[in-house]
Amino acid sequence: MAIKLGDYKTGVHNDWCPGCGDFGIVNAIQMSLAEMQIPKHKAAIFSGIGCSGKTSHFINTYGVHTLHGRVLTFAQGAKIANPEMTIIAAGGDGDGLGIGAGHFVAAGRRNVNMTYIIFDNAVYGLTKGQASPTLKLGEQTKSLSNPNPNYNVNPIALAISSGFTFVARSYSYDVRQLKDLITAAVNHKGLAFIDVLQPCPTYNDLYTRDWFSGLDQINEETKKPTPRIYNLADTDYDPVVHYSTIDELNEKLAQALQKSLEWDNKIPTGIFYKNELITPYTKRITDKIPNYLENPAAKQKISKNGKTTTDISDILDSLSV
Amino acid sequence: MVFDYSWLIGGPQGSGVDTAANIFSRVGTKLGYHVFGKREYHSNIKGLHSYFVVRLSDNKIRSNVNGANIMVAFDAETMIRHGLSISKNGAIIYDSSIVNTSIDEIPTIEVDHRVRLHEFFKSKNMEPKVSSIIELAKESGVNVYPISFWDALSNIADELKRPELSRMTRMFNVLGVSFSLGVLKAPIAPLLESIEEIFSTKPTIADLNKKAANFAYNYASAKFSGFNASLNETDKEANIMLVQGHQGSALGKMVCGCRFQSYYPITPASDESEFLETHEILQVKEDRPGSTTIVQTEDEISAIGMAVGASLTGTRSATSTSGPGFSLMAETLGWAAINEVPVVISLFQRSGPSTGLPTRHGQDDLLFAINAGHGEFPRIVYASGDVEDSFYDTGKCFDFADVFQLPVIHILDKFIASSVVTCNRFEPDLVSIDRGKLLEKTDGDYKRFAHSPDGISPRSKLGLENGVFWNTGDESDEHGHISEDPVNRIQMMDKRQKKVEQILTLVPKNDQAVAYGKSDICIVSWGSPKGPILDAIEMHRKEGHEIGFIDIKLLEPFPTEHVKSLLKDSSVIVDIEANMTAQLGSLIRKNLLKDPDYYVLKYTGRPMTCIEIFDSLKKILEKKAEKKQVLLYGD
Repeated sequence: MAIKLGDYKTGVHNDWCPGCGDFGIVNAIQMSLAEMQIPKHKAAIFSGIGCSGKTSHFINTYGVHTLHGRVLTFAQGAKIANPEMTIIAAGGDGDGLGIGAGHFVAAGRRNVNMTYIIFDNAVYGLTKGQASPTLKLGEQTKSLSNPNPNYNVNPIALAISSGFTFVARSYSYDVRQLKDLITAAVNHKGLAFIDVLQPCPTYNDLYTRDWFSGLDQINEETKKPTPRIYNLADTDYDPVVHYSTIDELNEKLAQALQKSLEWDNKIPTGIFYKNELITPYTKRITDKIPNYLENPAAKQKISKNGKTTTDISDILDSLSV
Repeated sequence: MVFDYSWLIGGPQGSGVDTAANIFSRVGTKLGYHVFGKREYHSNIKGLHSYFVVRLSDNKIRSNVNGANIMVAFDAETMIRHGLSISKNGAIIYDSSIVNTSIDEIPTIEVDHRVRLHEFFKSKNMEPKVSSIIELAKESGVNVYPISFWDALSNIADELKRPELSRMTRMFNVLGVSFSLGVLKAPIAPLLESIEEIFSTKPTIADLNKKAANFAYNYASAKFSGFNASLNETDKEANIMLVQGHQGSALGKMVCGCRFQSYYPITPASDESEFLETHEILQVKEDRPGSTTIVQTEDEISAIGMAVGASLTGTRSATSTSGPGFSLMAETLGWAAINEVPVVISLFQRSGPSTGLPTRHGQDDLLFAINAGHGEFPRIVYASGDVEDSFYDTGKCFDFADVFQLPVIHILDKFIASSVVTCNRFEPDLVSIDRGKLLEKTDGDYKRFAHSPDGISPRSKLGLENGVFWNTGDESDEHGHISEDPVNRIQMMDKRQKKVEQILTLVPKNDQAVAYGKSDICIVSWGSPKGPILDAIEMHRKEGHEIGFIDIKLLEPFPTEHVKSLLKDSSVIVDIEANMTAQLGSLIRKNLLKDPDYYVLKYTGRPMTCIEIFDSLKKILEKKAEKKQVLLYGD
């Protein structure tokens, strides 16, 4: 029997602010799970700390609300121990690119087969609006007493240079595109990253829904706003690395990095970079442990009638001088 | 007369001292001796001084003595540092070219040490040179055997017609060990066998080393035939292994079913992870091969995060670290506790604070292990006293983690990790596996944190059908969803805290604390002082003095009642531990409301020797001891 969208919802009261961009993201995750028909016990949502950290409580799969900045560490451990699980990690931009930036970079290098979604609103919401790593230098959102003194992190560029093999951006009010990207990310063989631009109606008065919709850029002829957000899929941009040549790889990396610099009047969304020719971590393990996928850590029988079944006699023999 | 003999080899780090010690230890083991070796080294890759002392005995030994009987010095620094620690009638085999080296020509001696040496030589009215050490050694009855290691190399090079060998100073080590065995008139076969075994994957190197060993052995046995001690074939006990300290817990992990370990490189813990990775594919009885997945992480925060994540899938999971790394794990420890996740942290202590003495021994982290992490939560802190214990204790720690669903900190240390010992072959059949309330199936309305009389709820795992649960570092309800309700809060805090009572009830008394004999005078200790303490009380027993010893293994929650009952017939309590502030002592004071009568402490970064403990106990027996004795022996 098909699993319905409603089956992925918990009855937990959602306490996000009205109009919060987070709603779109949690809906898109549920829609994507329903689309892929992933049994709820086969999926786990890991989340960090902050408003976005509550995501895992709203989704009726295994839900692991971890520590500030550490979501990728827990999620990778679970995925490596039980590769049959579909793992989606979620967290804020402060969580992933501030306190957790080291894990972000290391996760890219590892390329574990899972998905990481950053809820990117440029502020720390739950602690009342401090500047986050994606807020630009000199910008002053409404609860800041001074303009932001720090340069911003470019999440797309950082992901690409860290080794993520699927790098995308979406916008939380475009739930359909986001759902499609999540599905593509989950199906990707390797670590997928989606940077989701998401207004914080309470604390970010710069990157508002109206700003993203371009209400301040009225086309003189049509008298209509020119939306900032556009979809790379609607252009002739090809994010995929098709061959194992270094020239093509470099070209695709450079193109994605260049695209990641677009901002202000036009903001690209969609897939910036996708490369399945880089070995996922799974393959790096099976190269050493051939039966890892059939018999991963979580599936191994370790005892019989309360006694160990592991046979270390060869090692003990080698120590017997 | 009991044979008890210590051999010391020193040299610059990276020069192969370990290989030489490995050869000597194997030879001793093959001859049937009990072996106890320890390695001391600087935090350095190449050049600074390192040394190895290997003690051989007919009796079971668990520690080193002070000094050694025979020493090999192919560099001046070894002679300066250890020359005067060689006992009467012992021997120093040294490279004749170092005789005129002055201490000022040895840049790797620390400034303070150099000042002390100058004062020493001045007081003796001697030149600050190697020759003075040789002179003093001779005066105290030590045989000195100068050999030109360089000439030996040239001879071997000529004999093999390979001139490049004459510059291969790395061979000094195999020469040193072979000269020693020649002087000691040991049979040559075990020497050649040991070399072959150690270099089994590199036959050319094995062959070369065997030729060098043959040459050196024959040279020394002919030239120094009058030496008064010899190594002989003795009755060898069956089922003896020669193991390195870190292998105990690694093998314990394999056997008890730990299938995931994440770690960040740190001395002295990484050797254990590397050993596990070397043996990552495991043979399993009547089944396909299993495996341990070892992940080297970006830091210790990630190491414990991954281990906890892996544990959520039902995998027995661990991380392994030392003090600095454990400091970084504190936050996740609390997360594991509030979410009732079993995870084992193997904590190989070294000397702190901060980076401290990174390659040296210490037991500074007991109270930190007990208190790490903010908030109030139960945990188990369990200490092993030696390599053999560490094998069996590892399995117990995983059982504790599963049964009580909490983090377990298994305390080991640098002394254990870098010792090389003979011990009885480990018996995997003695390791039982109890996964507690881990579910293999479930149905209906599953609640991960369902209230239960013992505070421990049935545990689902990621991937289990109908077993969906939520975790959060926030306080949560029975499903695992965030709850700030005050009534729920107190229920959940109480639920977790009930485990303390469960632990003290269910952990067998003999696993909580072990009594080695009882007496009016009784030692309390924890962890690795166990070996030197047992050797020291054995020495006192031979002199007609009984001293009791209680090895406290379960340190949190503290087994107050059991320790009290073990101590009830003792009127004098001696606390022995390798830290400055007597951390176990503070637990005794807090829990037993009793101040130990004496403290014997050491925090030089060097492990205790049985002699030091023997001497400090002697003072206590003679009622001449200060309340606190601080031990200082060792370089």
